[in-house]
Amino acid sequence: MIEDKTEISVEALRAGDREEFSRLVDTYSGRIYRLAYKMLGVPTDAEDVLQNTFLKAFQHLKDFEGRSSLSTWLYRIASNEALMLLRKHHPEIILSDIVTEDDDNSDYFPVQFTDWCCLPEDKLLSSESQAALDRAVQHLPETQRIVFVLRDIEGLSIQETSQVLNLSETAVKTRLLRARLHLREELSIYYSERLEKRSKE
Amino acid sequence: MSDHDHSKCRSLLGSLSDYVDGTLGEELCEEIENHIVECQNCHVVIDTLRKTISLYHKTAADGGDVPGVVRERLFRTLNLDDFIRR
Repeated sequence: MIEDKTEISVEALRAGDREEFSRLVDTYSGRIYRLAYKMLGVPTDAEDVLQNTFLKAFQHLKDFEGRSSLSTWLYRIASNEALMLLRKHHPEIILSDIVTEDDDNSDYFPVQFTDWCCLPEDKLLSSESQAALDRAVQHLPETQRIVFVLRDIEGLSIQETSQVLNLSETAVKTRLLRARLHLREELSIYYSERLEKRSKE
Repeated sequence: MSDHDHSKCRSLLGSLSDYVDGTLGEELCEEIENHIVECQNCHVVIDTLRKTISLYHKTAADGGDVPGVVRERLFRTLNLDDFIRR
């Protein structure tokens, strides 16, 4: 799913070609900025992550060995930057779901059973609803959040996500399932209210 | 609903992600599909889970641009001022 629209020359980058580096920035900055914004929810924080990601990329280009793709490499730097900033802002955060990684998913058993799929698209994706979608992502534990953002928002495969985060595919899948179930619950509450309002209108 | 045995719903929960991604093995797929014929709740969970994922996909489709001022500051930070004009 990660595709490079324009072929960026790693050789030129490593040789210090600034124009090529500016092409790299323009090719990936949209995705990096979106990832950072979805992770942190604050535009200025997202901008910090964006800048730090490319500063680090520039510093470490010489260490880039091409074993992973450029996009995987950049996503890795950006994910680390985003998680670092989150922990700086919230030092109390603990990696809550690591402990329960092998558990069954009993804490995630669904409790909302309203079918809100029938809501029209303009209601499901109104600007108010989009803000609710973003807020719901912010409520995920950070280790689930980064997996969900990479897989379901950025559209990386399970394998690519596991490479970016240096996690096993099993761990990625576990976190993804929990994130998705958690979001489904929260959206169900939100859209049920919309359904109720609609039936009263 | 009250006489429904939820152990089946619980045992299938771990497979739902693979199921909606279309990467689940045939046998388990069949098990889920047989189950949701009888279990309305699981049917709704699967439908709304799919919808949840597709809504997030859609929000990503229109958010891939960096605001102009953010791009400009980024280029200045990286000493790429001379490449700000595309």
